[in-house]
Amino acid sequence: MIVRIATESQYRLPEEAGEELNELDNEVVAAVEAGDEDRFHELFEQMLDLIRRAGQPLDEDELEESEVILPPPDTSFVEAAAEFTGEGLIPD
Amino acid sequence: MPGIGGRMSTVIKAKISKLLDRAEDPGETLEYSYQKQMELLQNVKKGVADVVTSKKRLQLQQQKLEQQVVKLDTQARQALAQGREDLARTALERKQFAQTELQSLDQQVAELESQQAGLIEKEQKMRSKIEQFRTKKEVIKAQYSAAEAQVKISEAASGVGEEMADVGLAMQRAVDKTENMRARASAMDELEAAGAFDDQLSLTAGQDEIDRELHQLTSQSAVDDDLARLKAELGAGSAPPQQSLESGEQERQG
Repeated sequence: MIVRIATESQYRLPEEAGEELNELDNEVVAAVEAGDEDRFHELFEQMLDLIRRAGQPLDEDELEESEVILPPPDTSFVEAAAEFTGEGLIPD
Repeated sequence: MPGIGGRMSTVIKAKISKLLDRAEDPGETLEYSYQKQMELLQNVKKGVADVVTSKKRLQLQQQKLEQQVVKLDTQARQALAQGREDLARTALERKQFAQTELQSLDQQVAELESQQAGLIEKEQKMRSKIEQFRTKKEVIKAQYSAAEAQVKISEAASGVGEEMADVGLAMQRAVDKTENMRARASAMDELEAAGAFDDQLSLTAGQDEIDRELHQLTSQSAVDDDLARLKAELGAGSAPPQQSLESGEQERQG
């Protein structure tokens, strides 16, 4: 599957890593909903690590749409929380 | 994915289709992308210029604060030499605060530098994707039937659109951060101009009560250490140590 870390790069991820990512993603949501900032940062770092470690950056000549787009690596807890309530990180 | 990645994807994809809707058909996306690319290029150039301006301003503040640290240390020394420990302590507290600010300025300058580099890299990647799209479009047109070509070009256009949305997001974030730093820098300039470095809390707005107490605790002990250091330095220079006085007395008695 193709995953993008916003403001960073696109990666091609093996299927197993995609599943692992999905699990972490659900945990991140739980952490954000529980208002647990430390846990959010810890898990979000793990997600970024997983993608960078297991993923293969896309070549310059590949024009692919990403299946999943992760928020930028420097996303704050407040922004992550906004992702679930307001319009999210991207203003119009 | 229902989570944060999924939510982000949905928002970005809405953004992309909005971007691409403006082109009548996928073939026109190239024209539109060029237009958009030129706008982005201007934005990136402006963004980099903004970053450089902010960086210069922060560096000027660094110099001022460094001078202040030296000045406050001298003042503390003078105050202590005159037996005014209270004044010395105040001077050292301010010095401690100036040093904390210096550290955070160092971090901010480093952050601006990495933003500058990041924006330039992003812009180059975007250019390269646009070039790829141009090439690919011609190849697809030559190889596929009209209907198939339409689909393939649409797919590639989404890839370009995603890259555009991402460059836009990177720009937005860089500009927001630079503006925040700028606001903070002007606040510091104003405070400095008003000679208001006494009010330490006003510069640490946004921190909660615990942060504030922790800051006070650490700066308190740093001030104590500093005070002890100055005392030791001054003590070594003037009054002889207590120990030798007592042993002298014992000799006379014996």
